[in-house]
Amino acid sequence: MAYASTIPLSVKKIARCRQIAKSIGSEVASLVKVNSTVGTERAVMRLLGFNDATNDQDLLFPVANFICDQMKAEDRLHEGALYWIANALITTGTDIAGLQARVVRREINVGTLASQDSKKVKALANQLAKAAYQNLMRYRKDRVQIAKKLKDPVKDKRPLKYVIVATGNIFEDVIQARSAVMDGADVIAVIRSTAQSLIDYVPQGTTTEGFGGTYATQANFRVMRQALDEVGKQVNRYIRLTNYCSGLCMSEIAVLAAMEGLDCLLNDAMYGILFRDINMRRTFIDQHFSRLICSKSGIWIMTGEDNYMKTTDASESGDQVLASQFINEVAALNAGMPKGQMSIGHAMEMDPNYEGVILMEIARAQMTRQIFPEAPLKYMCNTKYKSGDIFTSHAIDTIFNLIGSMTNQGVVLLGMLTEAIHTPFLQDRSVSIRNANYVLKGSLGLANEFGYRSDGFIAGFAQKVLDDAVKLLERIDRMGIYAAIEKRTFADVSRTMDGGKGANGVFEVERGRYLNPFFELLGSQI
Amino acid sequence: MKEIDFNSLKPYGDTTDDGALQMSFTLPIEPSAKAREAATQLVRGWGFFDVKIAHMSKIGVNYCLFVVMARTDKGVDYARIEVPDLGGEKRTYKEIDRLILANVKRPIRIVGACTGFDAHTVGLDAILNMKGFDGDIGLERYRGFRVVNMGSQVPTEELIDRAVKEKADAILLSKVVSQKDIHVADMRDLIMRLSKRGLEGKFIIVAGGPRVTHKMALELGYDAGFTIGARPSDVANFVYEKMIERIDKAEFKTGKKKSGK
Repeated sequence: MAYASTIPLSVKKIARCRQIAKSIGSEVASLVKVNSTVGTERAVMRLLGFNDATNDQDLLFPVANFICDQMKAEDRLHEGALYWIANALITTGTDIAGLQARVVRREINVGTLASQDSKKVKALANQLAKAAYQNLMRYRKDRVQIAKKLKDPVKDKRPLKYVIVATGNIFEDVIQARSAVMDGADVIAVIRSTAQSLIDYVPQGTTTEGFGGTYATQANFRVMRQALDEVGKQVNRYIRLTNYCSGLCMSEIAVLAAMEGLDCLLNDAMYGILFRDINMRRTFIDQHFSRLICSKSGIWIMTGEDNYMKTTDASESGDQVLASQFINEVAALNAGMPKGQMSIGHAMEMDPNYEGVILMEIARAQMTRQIFPEAPLKYMCNTKYKSGDIFTSHAIDTIFNLIGSMTNQGVVLLGMLTEAIHTPFLQDRSVSIRNANYVLKGSLGLANEFGYRSDGFIAGFAQKVLDDAVKLLERIDRMGIYAAIEKRTFADVSRTMDGGKGANGVFEVERGRYLNPFFELLGSQI
Repeated sequence: MKEIDFNSLKPYGDTTDDGALQMSFTLPIEPSAKAREAATQLVRGWGFFDVKIAHMSKIGVNYCLFVVMARTDKGVDYARIEVPDLGGEKRTYKEIDRLILANVKRPIRIVGACTGFDAHTVGLDAILNMKGFDGDIGLERYRGFRVVNMGSQVPTEELIDRAVKEKADAILLSKVVSQKDIHVADMRDLIMRLSKRGLEGKFIIVAGGPRVTHKMALELGYDAGFTIGARPSDVANFVYEKMIERIDKAEFKTGKKKSGK
């Protein structure tokens, strides 16, 4: 019998998957072309620098929302927010900072300001967009400069160690993150407050209270970024920061993250639709814009396929995961993203009680590695089958780390022994990192030391997942992605084109009338 | 062999009634001989004896992890412990789904909402949304439930209208905000409006929220009240069991079924 360092997978079948995904991608593209959303328009304003907030009875309401609502009320969004911002600048003879200050003081309604000569407005709008784009490139350059001075753990040829902090208080999060970095963490994810994805604005300022996590705000991003840069210097390791780029403010979060030097963002093609019941159109449109930002800012997107396995039986849903990974890939390609920035997600989520479960997990992890060779794969630990039994939980995490190491995953999202109990204590995270330090260091180079049986169980399992994925993608392509989602193709949930949250924030745009030069500046392939 | 003393029940290590236990915790100090002594005194202060610091190591900067072995002589009178039976049998989603399809023979229709000014759907979504909560999947995912999640800030009348329209079997009311006991007022509002419209007893009515208790929900006329920590499967199982109770009663009334089981 033959052994090889890779599982024999049909190159033709993989190419077939990509071909079908491309067709699905163009279906989404045709939607993105003729629509925009309030979220995308607010992201445009944030790119321009509208990141202040108005104070309404002690509640901070973002200026971007405030102006967007003014435009919407006067039916002005069809030209694009940028157009009316440029118009307002000409009318008032002020700059963006000046305009923002006057909006904060409630002196100006951008929706009702007199219209200026459209040629002049468009010329200024294009100028503003270019300046904003250059700023974005400057943020990226600054970040690269900081990173260059430190050792990049990617060069260690082992998976990056990814841990979460989730205290609800950004300042406690800093304490937890700092310790994690000292212990060996490479990527810090600040978990968001539950259901922030359903809030149609980005909260303002630093926050100290949250539910199961900490609000994603520009100020919180900055606090954590600064802390990680400081501790990174102490350990001479560049520490990556990630947060959630999903939900109703997906594209705005991408802008704020780029401005504040985040390295990765959790951003999935269908997560919001399926698991948060966010409107399909809203999600696809906002997502394209968010990925344009990520693409040009050098931000890795981390996709959320782990979620499919949490809701369905992971031993049977491998095809859904793979199909979604191809869809995520094509959506990223549509945004001009290099494959090295696609941190394609998957997880170890099968029932630990199955016979041969470790072989099945190796099969899936290795298969994913081979199908997406350039992607810094994000491999997530088991969470579904964890209980309050912290000791067994820790054992599962050890095997997870080993599989992550032997299949050369890009990032291992470390399991916590208290996963099923609470957001991690300082010591839980520390123990988890110690586990990973031991396994990753001890098994360095393991992948190069042995081969897979060409007729073995692992090869057979992986091949079946690929076969099933081809069939599933063909079925999706026949139906169209929207109908497929409606017909419970993913995660056994049905969502309709017009249903879900945020549907009323989507609007059609006319070619020629709508202005958004960022699509071109950011290299949209649509 | 020593008899187990149920009047003073204690942990078991390797000798009956030895009261042996292990614990771990973090102190916000660097590891040192002084830190070890601090941990020892701390655990002794909690009433433990034979305190052994099995492990002490540094976490990050300024933090120290301890693993401690110790013993206790404080037991509990096991015979006198009473726990009111609340939730019934604990079942998994698969079991509940199978039972619904087998015994109810159609999906149970459920309408959920946060009424009044409450904009917090965290609890409602945790129970109803696909994704569920803490690894326990939401009711939407069950084949045995047809779920309408109306979201937040729903006027009570609209909730009732929808429940009537959907021919709902159960109404799920989620109340997170509890300033000035607004959750109680809103819970009462639903019951009052139902009775005004002659819909008393028509639906299984379940409330949930951080300040909701089972006892208080019962007093207000609800079938159950769930609080923090309740999982989708707990709610699913409760609604299923209530459904069966109702079916049994209805069949008994129409003479389809003889009394008893």
